[in-house]
Amino acid sequence: MIELIIFYVFAAVLLFSATMVITARNPVHAALFLVLTFFNSAALWLMAEAEFLGIALVLVYVGAVMVLFLFVVMMLDINVAPLREGFARYLPLGILVGVVMVAEMALVVGAEQLDVGLTLTGGGAADTGESNTRLIGSVLYTVYVYPFEIASLVLLVAIIAAIMLTLRRRPGTKHQDISQQVRVRKADRLRMVDLPSERRE
Amino acid sequence: MGVLIDLAWTIGKILVLVIPLFIAVAYMTYAERKVIGWIQLRRGPNRVGYYGLLQPFADAAKLLMKEIVLPANANRFLFVIAPMMSIMPALAAWAVIPVSGGWVIAEINAGLLYVLAMASLGVYGIIVAGWASNSKYALLGALRAGAQVVSYEIAMGFALVGVLMAAGSLNLGDIVRAQEGPIWNWFWLPLLPIFLVYWISGVAETNRLPFDVAEGESEIVAGFHVEYSGMAFAVFFLAEYANMILISGLATIMFMGGWYSPFHGIPVIGADGLHWFLIKTAFFLFCYIWFRGTFPRFRYDQIMRLGWKVLIPVTVVWLVVESGMILATVPPWFD
Repeated sequence: MIELIIFYVFAAVLLFSATMVITARNPVHAALFLVLTFFNSAALWLMAEAEFLGIALVLVYVGAVMVLFLFVVMMLDINVAPLREGFARYLPLGILVGVVMVAEMALVVGAEQLDVGLTLTGGGAADTGESNTRLIGSVLYTVYVYPFEIASLVLLVAIIAAIMLTLRRRPGTKHQDISQQVRVRKADRLRMVDLPSERRE
Repeated sequence: MGVLIDLAWTIGKILVLVIPLFIAVAYMTYAERKVIGWIQLRRGPNRVGYYGLLQPFADAAKLLMKEIVLPANANRFLFVIAPMMSIMPALAAWAVIPVSGGWVIAEINAGLLYVLAMASLGVYGIIVAGWASNSKYALLGALRAGAQVVSYEIAMGFALVGVLMAAGSLNLGDIVRAQEGPIWNWFWLPLLPIFLVYWISGVAETNRLPFDVAEGESEIVAGFHVEYSGMAFAVFFLAEYANMILISGLATIMFMGGWYSPFHGIPVIGADGLHWFLIKTAFFLFCYIWFRGTFPRFRYDQIMRLGWKVLIPVTVVWLVVESGMILATVPPWFD
C-alpha cells in the first residue's frame, strides 16, 4: 500500500518535471527540471529493485552529463522570445519522433508476448537473492561481451573525433610547455650574486 | 502501527548519526583554525570559553543573526535552494557508511556506487549558486568547480573500481570485513597508488586547498558563494566540512580497515570498534588541515593536467597490476 503511494508520488513528480523540461522558458530551469526527471526515474528503478541501473543513472546522467549540459546552458545569453518562435515549425517533426518512440516502446514492452527469444526478462535479483549488480556484470561480460566492447569502441571513436575538432594550432597564442617547465633546474633560473655589505658611515 | 515504529526507529538512527556529525563539523572549523594557527606560530581562537572551545557556537550565533542579502537580479528560488542542494548529498551519503560492525542506517548492496553518486551530486549546489547569484565572480567560481569535480570524479571512480575488485563487493560493510586483520591486512598496502589517487581526488572533489580554485580569494574574491551571507553562507560551509568528513570516513572504510584495530589480535589495544573508525577519520581530517597549511594553491591548468594526465593513467596501470595480484592470489589480501 505505502509502496504504491510512494510510486505514484515519484511518478507524478516525474511527469510534472518532464513536462516542465519542454515548457520552461528559462533553459537553465529546463536543464534543472531534467535533473529532477532523471532523479525520479532513478527512484522508480530503485523501487523496481534495479538498484544498479538506478544509481548508475544518477551517477552518469545527473552527476556528469547534466553538469556539462548546465555548463553550456549557463554560458548562453538567455533571450526568451526567439526560443518560442520555432515551435509551430518543428511540431510535425516532433510528433513524428514521438510516434516512432511510442511504437518502439510498445515493441520492447510487448516483446514478451511476441516471444522473440529475449532471455533477460523477469526480475532475476528477487528470485535468486543475488545482488543485481553482480547479475548484470556476469551477463554483460559473458553473453553480451561483443556488443559491450563494440559499444565502448564506438564511444572511443566519438571521443577521439570530439577532441580532434578542438585540436587546432593557432599561431600567435602563448602557452606553457609543461615538460619544459618540469625539466628546469636551479642553475637555469637562479644566479647567486655576492654583494659586499655597505660600510657604516 | 508497525510501519510507524519502523519509521520512528529510522528517524532515531538518522538523528543519532546527524547530530554528532554536525557537532563534528562545528569542531572541525575550530580544529582547523587552531591547527593552522599552530602551523603559523599563532594561537588560534582562544577568547570564547576555555581555549576558545565555544568559538564554533559563537560563530554560529553570529551567522544566524546576520541578514541574508538577496542580490538584485538574482534568481530568487535557485539562489535560496542552492545551499540546500549542496548540503543534502553531503548528509545523504552518510546513510550507507558503516561506522562500526553492523552500525549502519542502510546496509545496501550497491553502497559504494551510492556514495559515488551522492559525491557527484554535491557540485549542483555550487553550480546553481554560481549561476543564480548573477555575478561574474560567482559564475567563474562555479564553472571552475564544475570542471574540476567532473574531472576528478573519473579518477575517483576508477580508484573505487580498485577497491571493488579487491573486496569483491559494493557493500561498504563487506569491504571493511574483507580487510579484517592488523594494519598490513588493509587495502592501503596492495592498493597504495590507488589509495593516493583516491585521497588526492577526494581533496580536489571537496574543493579544498591546494585545489580550491573554486574559491580562489586572490583571483575571484570568494568564488561561488561570494553573494551569500548569514545562514545561507553557513550552510555552504557546513556542506564543505561534512563532505570533508565523508571523504575521510570513506578513505578509512576502503583503505584503512574501517573499525578494525591496527593491532588486531593483541588483547586490549587490539579491540575493534567505533573508536578506531573515529581515530582514523580524525587523522585524515588532520591531513586536510595540514595540506591547507603547507601547500600553495595549484594553477587551474595544473589541476586539470594532474587529474587527467597523471592520476587517471596511474590508476589504470595499477588496476592491471592488481588484477595480476588477484589472479596470483597474493596473501594476505587476495587469498
